[in-house]
Amino acid sequence: MAIADIRQRPGFILGAAILLHVVLISAQVNTASGLPVLQVVTFGSFSEVQRAMMSMIDGVRGMWSGYVDLQDVQAENAALKAELQNLQVRFQQERAEAQRTDNLRQLLELRERANLETVAAEVIAGPASPDFRTVTIDKGSSDGLATDMAVISPAGVVGRVILPSGRAAKVQLLIDRNAAAGVLIERTRVQGVVMGVGDGVLRLQYVPGTADVKTGDLVVTSGIDGIYPKGFVIGTVDQADRGAGAFHEITVRPAVDFARLEEVLIVKSVPPAREQLEEQK
Amino acid sequence: MRSAAALAAILIAIALQTTLASLVFRGSTAIDLVLIVVVFVAIKSGPVTGVMAGTVAGLIQDSLSSGILGIGGLAKTIVGFGAGVLGSQFIVTAPLPRFLLLLLATGVHAAIFMGLYTLLNLRQFDTPYPAIAGQALGNAFVGVVAFQMIEWLPGFVDRRRAGRFLKR
Repeated sequence: MAIADIRQRPGFILGAAILLHVVLISAQVNTASGLPVLQVVTFGSFSEVQRAMMSMIDGVRGMWSGYVDLQDVQAENAALKAELQNLQVRFQQERAEAQRTDNLRQLLELRERANLETVAAEVIAGPASPDFRTVTIDKGSSDGLATDMAVISPAGVVGRVILPSGRAAKVQLLIDRNAAAGVLIERTRVQGVVMGVGDGVLRLQYVPGTADVKTGDLVVTSGIDGIYPKGFVIGTVDQADRGAGAFHEITVRPAVDFARLEEVLIVKSVPPAREQLEEQK
Repeated sequence: MRSAAALAAILIAIALQTTLASLVFRGSTAIDLVLIVVVFVAIKSGPVTGVMAGTVAGLIQDSLSSGILGIGGLAKTIVGFGAGVLGSQFIVTAPLPRFLLLLLATGVHAAIFMGLYTLLNLRQFDTPYPAIAGQALGNAFVGVVAFQMIEWLPGFVDRRRAGRFLKR
């Protein structure tokens, strides 16, 4: 601003002159605390400037560390993600191991409880076709497995061995369309036959319409089919209708979760019904 | 009025104030010759020059006194500005307006000066109004006379020179 322009603004000159005098006066006058006013005002003003500068520096520093320095953060983030993934995999492994241990413990308990000659096996493959409900286990004829041996789990009956090979075997699940088992309703001891329908549930057939069947009744194996030992859980009655015919229309929900099948037991003991059948032959 | 002349007038006023004023007015300090000069410079040259004149005069006066440097300067700065504004807005060439202007300027100067000292708890002024009134009247009277003399003197000298030239 030129001097000539300043002279056209007397208010500006007056303000500057007043400020000059105020500064001069403040330099010589003490506050109530005994400190010079100029010192107090200067310090207070400069401290605000320092505060503003520090805020600015903090802002720049924050911007630097938050944006410019992101390269290191990105690398660190990638390393942490990799480590997290490794830990997650390890956690999954540990969890699976724990689950497997628990399953094996249950199998062991089942084996001791059933007092049957069994072989533990692990499910190594699922069904090759969605039209068939089968699984492959890691035990075969070399382990003593044979056709029509019952396959069970701690939850209940799984199915039967239909095709044993040397080191593996194919197991037909109870929910397969071609699977069936002789059962009885535990509460009333009414007998029937469960058959797979292929969609995850079982149909209980040949139960007389006069029989007492209720939803929630436990369905267990009867042992008369010569495959499954007597008394093993099949599932529970999910729906029971008195049909137009002579029999009930009953739907059974399997006790085994076939989607989560991992370890099973193969019953090598021959059921009494089959022994009798074989003797008759 | 040029700055050099204003500065010279201020210095002369300070010199008179510090030497002659106490003698002429029998030890009284009621007359503030420096303030009169600031007002004169302001009404002649405008508010900007009035501010500068007030600042310089006041600071010199403060520096020569035992008071706080800047209080008198601040008071005279504001007075110079006000006088300059009034001098540029109104016709203050007649003795009465100048008298009134000097009264007002002295009152404002005293109010600021004493107000600041009181506000800063540096000095107490007991019953200041008679002193202010006396100073205002003294400044106004001396100022009006001085203004008339200053304005009359150049013409008087010229007329004397012209008369001597015609007599020859």
